[in-house]
Amino acid sequence: MYAQMVKSSGEGVKTAGEMDAQERAFQSRIDAGEKIEPKDWMPAAYRKTLIRQIGQHAHSEIVGQLPEGNWITRAPTLERKANLLAKVQDEAGHGLYLYCAAETLGVSRDELFDMLHTGKMKYSSIFNYPTLTWADMGAVGWLVDGAAIMNQVPLQRTSYGPYARAMVRICKEESFHQRQGFHIMMTMCNGSVAQKEMAQDALNRFWYPSLMMFGPSDKDSVHSAQSMAWKIKMDSNDDLRQRFVNATAPQAEFLGLTIPDDKLAFNEDTQQYDFSEPDWEEFYEVLKGNGPCNRDRLETRQRAWSDGEWVREGMMAHADKRRNANQTAA
Amino acid sequence: MANEWPLWEVFIRGQHGMSHRHVGSLHAPDEKMAMNNARDVYTRRNEGVSIWVVQAKDITASDPSEKGPMYEPSESKVYRHPTFYDIPDEAGPM
Ligand SMILES: [Fe+2]
Ligand SMILES: [Fe+2]
Repeated sequence: MYAQMVKSSGEGVKTAGEMDAQERAFQSRIDAGEKIEPKDWMPAAYRKTLIRQIGQHAHSEIVGQLPEGNWITRAPTLERKANLLAKVQDEAGHGLYLYCAAETLGVSRDELFDMLHTGKMKYSSIFNYPTLTWADMGAVGWLVDGAAIMNQVPLQRTSYGPYARAMVRICKEESFHQRQGFHIMMTMCNGSVAQKEMAQDALNRFWYPSLMMFGPSDKDSVHSAQSMAWKIKMDSNDDLRQRFVNATAPQAEFLGLTIPDDKLAFNEDTQQYDFSEPDWEEFYEVLKGNGPCNRDRLETRQRAWSDGEWVREGMMAHADKRRNANQTAA
Repeated sequence: MANEWPLWEVFIRGQHGMSHRHVGSLHAPDEKMAMNNARDVYTRRNEGVSIWVVQAKDITASDPSEKGPMYEPSESKVYRHPTFYDIPDEAGPM
C-alpha cells in the first residue's frame, strides 16, 4: 500500500535445499519469529528489497503531507486547523522514523532523497490525486489513513527490527488521524445539504484510489511470495483490501453516504462484502507518472530540497565554525 | 551529498522512572539542533522527561558474529543464578 509495487529479487522463493547454510540459518531465524538487526548477516536481496520498501514507505509519508498541507491555511475553524497541522506534522515524523530505519541498511538519507527526486523510487499512488474541497480532508483521514492502518498494523510484526519498531510508533499515532478525518465527515454529513453533497463527492473521488493503495490483485503481484517468506509483507494485497472494505462499508452507512459501487453488498455466505475492483489501468498510469498531480508533487519536493540547500549548508558551516572555536579555546 | 548532516542516536527517559531507551535516530548539524529535532520528532505526545543525543559515529557496538565468545563467560556460570543452590523448603522463604 504505502509500498505498493516493491520489486524483490525476482528469483522466486528458494527451497531449503537451494539455500546455502547461511541463508538457511537466516530463514530459520525468521521462521522462529526472531528479529533481524542491522549488524546481523542478511541476504543481499533481503537488504535490497527492504531498502526499496521502507524507502517507498518513507517517501509516501513525506509526499503525503502535500495534499493535506494544501488545506491548512484554509481550514474552516482554528480547531480544525490545529488538528490538521498536528496530523501533517505526525506524517513528517513518520517519514523520519522510516528514513532512519532504512539508513540502518546502509543507504544514506541523501541517496534516498535523491532517488525520490529523480523518480527512481516511488511513493504511494494515492498522493497523486488532488484535494479539491475541505471534505477531502475528511475523506483522506478516514479512507487513506484507514487504509494505511490496515497495512501498518501487521507490519509491527515484520522481521526487520528497526522497521518493526518504527511501525509500532507510527501505529500509535495513526488512529488519531483516521478519527479526525471521520469526525470531519460526520460534521459535514450532519450539516447543510450542500455540505453533505460535498462529503459524498469526496467519497466518490477517493474510494477507488484508496482501494488501489493495497497494490495490484494477488494474481498480478509477482513479488509477494518472497517478501512473505521473509516476513516483510505479512498479508496479501487482496486480503488487506477485503479487510478494508469490510471495515469501511458500515462506516459509510453510518455517515449516510453511498460508496460509489453498484456491486457493493454484504455476502451472507462469505460474511464479507463483495465489491468492484478499481480500474487497474488507471493505477498503472498513475504509477508511471501520469496521475493528476504527479508532476506537481515531485516539483514541490524538488523545490523544497533545492530551496533548502543554503540553509542546510549554512547550518553546517555554523556548526563547524563553533566546533573549531571551541577547540582553539580549549 | 558531500555535506550531509551527521547522524545522531536519540535516547529518551519516560515518565515512570525507567532508564533512557533508544528510540531512533535523526540528522542535525550540531548537538543543539539534534536536541531540538529530537524533541520534535520523538516527543510529540509527552513520551519523555529527559533526552540524550549522541553522534552515531561515537557509539561502539558489539559484533553479533562474535556473540559466542563474547557471552561465553556468563553462560558457563550457572552458580550466578539463585536456582543453582538447593535449599530445603523447611528453611523458609529465601
Ligand atoms: Fe503516517
Ligand atoms: Fe497518518
